[in-house]
Amino acid sequence: MRDVVFAEAHPLDRIIRSDRMPHIWCPGCGIGIAMRCYAHAILNSEIEEQNQVVVSGIGCSGRVAGYMNIDSYHTTHGRAIPFAVGLKLSNPALNVTVFSGDGDLAAIGGNHLIHGARRNLDLTVICTNNFNYGMTGGQSGPTTPYNARTTTSPYGSPELPFNLVDLLAAAGANFVSRWTVLHVRQVIDDILYAFGKPGFSFIEILSPCPVGFGKSNNFETGIEEMRLYRERCEMGEHMPLSELGIDLRAERPIYIGRFIDRNAPPFKPVHLGPAA
Amino acid sequence: MSETGILTGSHFMNGDHACAEGAIAAGCRLFGGYPITPSTEVAERLARRLPQVGGVFIQMEDEMASIAAVLGASAAGSRAMTATSGPGFSLMMENLGLAIMMELPCLIVNIQRGSPSTGLPTLPGQSDIMQARWGSHGDYRLAAYSPWSPQEIFDLTIHGFNVADRYRIPVLLMADEVVGHMVERVVIPEAAEIPFWDRKRANGKAGETFHPFEPGEDLVPPFAHAGEGYRVHFTGLTHDTRGYPDMSAEMHQQLVRRLVDKVERNSAKLEMSDDYEVEDANILVLSYGSTARSARRAVREARELGIKAGALRLISIWPFPEQAFNALADQMDAFIVAEVNLGQMITEVERRVRTSKPVSGVHHAGGAMLPPGPILEEIKRVAGHA
Amino acid sequence: MQVFARIPVNLERFQIPRGIVYLILERCKGCNLCVELCPQQILEVSPETNEKGYHYPQLKAQSDRHCVNCEFCAMVCPEFAIYTVEEPQ
Repeated sequence: MRDVVFAEAHPLDRIIRSDRMPHIWCPGCGIGIAMRCYAHAILNSEIEEQNQVVVSGIGCSGRVAGYMNIDSYHTTHGRAIPFAVGLKLSNPALNVTVFSGDGDLAAIGGNHLIHGARRNLDLTVICTNNFNYGMTGGQSGPTTPYNARTTTSPYGSPELPFNLVDLLAAAGANFVSRWTVLHVRQVIDDILYAFGKPGFSFIEILSPCPVGFGKSNNFETGIEEMRLYRERCEMGEHMPLSELGIDLRAERPIYIGRFIDRNAPPFKPVHLGPAA
Repeated sequence: MSETGILTGSHFMNGDHACAEGAIAAGCRLFGGYPITPSTEVAERLARRLPQVGGVFIQMEDEMASIAAVLGASAAGSRAMTATSGPGFSLMMENLGLAIMMELPCLIVNIQRGSPSTGLPTLPGQSDIMQARWGSHGDYRLAAYSPWSPQEIFDLTIHGFNVADRYRIPVLLMADEVVGHMVERVVIPEAAEIPFWDRKRANGKAGETFHPFEPGEDLVPPFAHAGEGYRVHFTGLTHDTRGYPDMSAEMHQQLVRRLVDKVERNSAKLEMSDDYEVEDANILVLSYGSTARSARRAVREARELGIKAGALRLISIWPFPEQAFNALADQMDAFIVAEVNLGQMITEVERRVRTSKPVSGVHHAGGAMLPPGPILEEIKRVAGHA
Repeated sequence: MQVFARIPVNLERFQIPRGIVYLILERCKGCNLCVELCPQQILEVSPETNEKGYHYPQLKAQSDRHCVNCEFCAMVCPEFAIYTVEEPQ
């Protein structure tokens, strides 16, 4: 009877900093899956790895930059996008990806998120949305579902969360999609698509956070949240954007899919004279 | 205009514009900023000039984004700067710390205005001096220069970029509204005469085991830019020489100690000052920026009254011009510090003089250039002059 | 509902791929996503644990030959711990 063969190395070790594995994310956390999709996309992209750059902010997802074996920058909370803007403007040949979380991108970084989308600079933004601030132990954030419990909303969050898809669509991004870490093939496809798409691309990836969020909102483990995704997710490309908000309370579906795919002109700084 | 965009020749321009031209001359190719009086003219000038030299101007959504974009550009290899004033300067403090930790050279120009808070947007102040030194959280050192003329802000912008690139630190220009808005002659030299200190670059083979934070003799690590194939990791977290996060107290001591020593050990090369009538002086008036013009006038008038006063102008406010001060201190009987705030740089003088000799201040909270009168009065009082 | 499926006429021409399952033991954190989500349902939780005490996946006794190298376990593993390689026919 053959069994699992114990190995020393993983096929993706070349593109991740395997000397820093195992990483810090909790058992059942989905960030590792999302990062794997990103790594997979890099390996399957024609873009030279030398030009692949990742910028992360602060939070659990903020640690992605530290695990990617490419030029990587782990910046301050909320400021990954403007830092990425600087990188891209200084060297347009770079394919700059911002990989961060819901709190980092949509709360403290919200102003940069909407202006980044408005400006429509050529960036790919991957947002792992696990509905809370996981790194600091499970506080409520800009996407925490209404009435969900967290350490800072012990009686249920009294706030309505962002509908990130609608927000990014309104702000002007050229590409907006939402998946979960269960939909790994779609995520990989969209990251590759975003790499090739001029302008601002935003990919929201719902991701379990059993320790920070799931435990206090009756899906204790990563598996349970994955089951929730499996039961509740529906393709929502036909839905009006305003309907794409996530409400874990009611039996409403979680709409996923590609929602925005347009070609507004990406931000190009003015150049008059010959390059100095 | 030469294709390097350097406007060689003699001009009549305000300090803000001179700063912008200094940036162009220094090879700055990205400005990320946000409008704020009295620094907006720096941005306006560069919005027009950078596209002419293949550079990038971007007005960001706020000052936090501005400094972040500057740091990103620096990490990718560009000389990059921002210009702001008090309120924006405060918003940049966190990423100033990121510049320290990631050792990303950049220039931050603060055309100071009456502060605190919204204060006097269109009027001068020099009250961000200690913020320039201690504004971000944690122990760190940097260089900050205070120009007193459009010509000097032009020169110090070039020097600031050179210092930033050589030591991989943020450099601050602490001007004030008077210097920013006054119009004077600015002579711009030939391109060949503009000093350019390049960054110490990582020149190993990409992919080799290269530690992006392995310091050299001068404690400055060779710089690997994004896109050069070194697969670098830069983080605001305490990190080891590979750039990998390391949360141990020992690594923190080692890293922060180096970041501080990197500047302190080289401070002699960073210090800048000039003096006036100090040869036989026994009263030393210290000042910086536009105030130094009034101090020089007051010293001249005191001399006419037979008082042996002299002036030391701090061009580098951080690091404090230790050598110049020590060379003069012994011969002095008293020290006077003139500054447009309620007493900031004076504490640095007091710290050095301690109780051996009197140290007094000529202070004003802001809103106007400090005139010579009050400084002369203080010189006369200290000299015991009727 | 009666199933109208039928055996494709050229069925034997298609080789169903075989996969060998590899695991980097010390990276596994026992999240069981691979076990849960394997489309062939051929994995199960081992009674053994790695150094950190996490129960890692193992092949079920009777289905050790049923991995079709779809790589889904590798794709949903957050730890870069498990992967499959096609077994040469």
